[in-house]
Amino acid sequence: MIKVEGLTKRYARNVAVKNISFEVGKGEIVGFLGKNGAGKTTTMRVLTCFLPPTAGKASVAGFDVLEQPLDVKRNIGYLPETPPVYPEMEVAEYLEFVAKLKNMPRADIGKRIDEVCERAALGDVKHKIIGKLSKGYRQRVGIAQAIIHNPPVLILDEPTSGLDPEQQLHVRELIASLSGDHTIILSTHILSEVEQSCSNVIIINNGEIIASDSVANLHKRGKASETVAVEVAGADAVAVRQRLEEVRGVARVISKDAREGLVAFEVESLEGEKDLLRPVLARAIVQSGWNLTQLKTVGDSLEEIFLDLTRAESGSKSAGTEGESATQ
Amino acid sequence: MRNILTICSKEIKSYFVSPIAYLLMGLFGLIFGYFFYSATAYFVMAGMRAQMQGGPVTMSVNEYVIAPLFGNASVVGLFLIPLISMRLFAEEKRSGTIELLMTSPVTDWEIVLGKWMGAVFMYTCVLAMAGANVALLFFFGTPDWRPVLTGFLGLLLQGATVLSIGSFISTTTKNQIIAGAATFSICLLLWVLSWVSSYNEAGWAQVIAYCSILTHFEPFSKGIIDTKDVVFYLSAIFLGLFLSTRSIESMRWRA
Repeated sequence: MIKVEGLTKRYARNVAVKNISFEVGKGEIVGFLGKNGAGKTTTMRVLTCFLPPTAGKASVAGFDVLEQPLDVKRNIGYLPETPPVYPEMEVAEYLEFVAKLKNMPRADIGKRIDEVCERAALGDVKHKIIGKLSKGYRQRVGIAQAIIHNPPVLILDEPTSGLDPEQQLHVRELIASLSGDHTIILSTHILSEVEQSCSNVIIINNGEIIASDSVANLHKRGKASETVAVEVAGADAVAVRQRLEEVRGVARVISKDAREGLVAFEVESLEGEKDLLRPVLARAIVQSGWNLTQLKTVGDSLEEIFLDLTRAESGSKSAGTEGESATQ
Repeated sequence: MRNILTICSKEIKSYFVSPIAYLLMGLFGLIFGYFFYSATAYFVMAGMRAQMQGGPVTMSVNEYVIAPLFGNASVVGLFLIPLISMRLFAEEKRSGTIELLMTSPVTDWEIVLGKWMGAVFMYTCVLAMAGANVALLFFFGTPDWRPVLTGFLGLLLQGATVLSIGSFISTTTKNQIIAGAATFSICLLLWVLSWVSSYNEAGWAQVIAYCSILTHFEPFSKGIIDTKDVVFYLSAIFLGLFLSTRSIESMRWRA
């Protein structure tokens, strides 16, 4: 459905996207992953005909973005980073305006607005002024306007940014419910979102694609070992440490600070012992008569892959912006 | 055409759900009403005086009341028009909604035409306030209706011209105040350009004076539709809309 070949977009001073190529098949949901300023929005803007490419080709639903922009636009639903809503309009009125803009047949519009409002859970605010809605509702109005004309391709730029966790969940569910009928590209810097919603991931950094693969394959690319955080109550730190080091498959045990009455460690597994370590550790601690209060894998593996990839690419450049995504 | 109407009606709605429409109509009604009152009061007084002196009275309402009123209205219009046109594109650029328009299956021409037509409609509503005043004259007198019609046509053409220039200026900035102030300055300049010819007979002065938006309006207020004035306004409108379209297009390239 979407085909990008050698796409480059140069602004006056810098190159935002360098010679990227990718393809998205029908019905796929692709996550566009990258730091802020990596080139996600620029790529999406080229695909939606908002910006022309400096070089290279891009086509959506078989139409070229430069040659047949009107056809491309007809086949795309687009949610920009800030939902493009008119604050003085009512939700239903706004959706009607967008439906007309997208050349929907007049007779279908009323019914479609009801459908879309139901899908985006906007039923109770349908006749409210958009300017008075919360950020979460506005974002949903933004999604509703993107799907109003039932386009085969959806392009969503950070659909969950600025939402609270519950709203994020709602939006993710909504996106998941759209899969199948639509080919979707969504951009994000939140990794868990990609894991939940997307079938494929394109990781982009400094305007270049550094990985393009299915989520499952990317997981396999990760480190062969894992790190597990262990917290035990009512035990002597030295004894626990000794016991942990004896467990089969453990490479290293590192002491951590813990609250009073607890002892905490990080246990690194040997290569190839990934996912095997936790049950063994749990058994070891419980059988020694201690109370196990916490046992969890440290660092989402996809996250590590992402950090590894972007760090390797940007070299000595700081990767400080990842702080926020790491907490997700 | 359908796209143009969609954008146009959206534009009209957003004028009328905000206070702008009512404010502009109220202000214009107030100012024009004052002009109207003074013009008619003066006319009545002059008429009575002429009668008392016993001479034959042939005073034309058209000449003494309506024509000067149109002159006033055209100047007041120049002051109000920037307030109508400044938000056209600047607001959408600031709020990001321009991205919706530009990624919808509509051409840049349709966007510009739709918005401009919405603004012209808004201005027509403002002029309707003047119409309400002038209509009173028909209740109490028998003015010739044809110069009234041409006068309104002239006001509309002049307004549409300035609105097209204003919409171009609005495409160049995200800031409504800048758009408004720049349009206002251009309006003033276009008004006073005609003064140049009053103290300078040279050819270039005539050319500059010709560009003044008000000199082309005067014939309309007297009931004359001169092709050259109509052509002037239409080509200026086209120029304004053409520049707006180009400017929108260039947003893509300049980014």
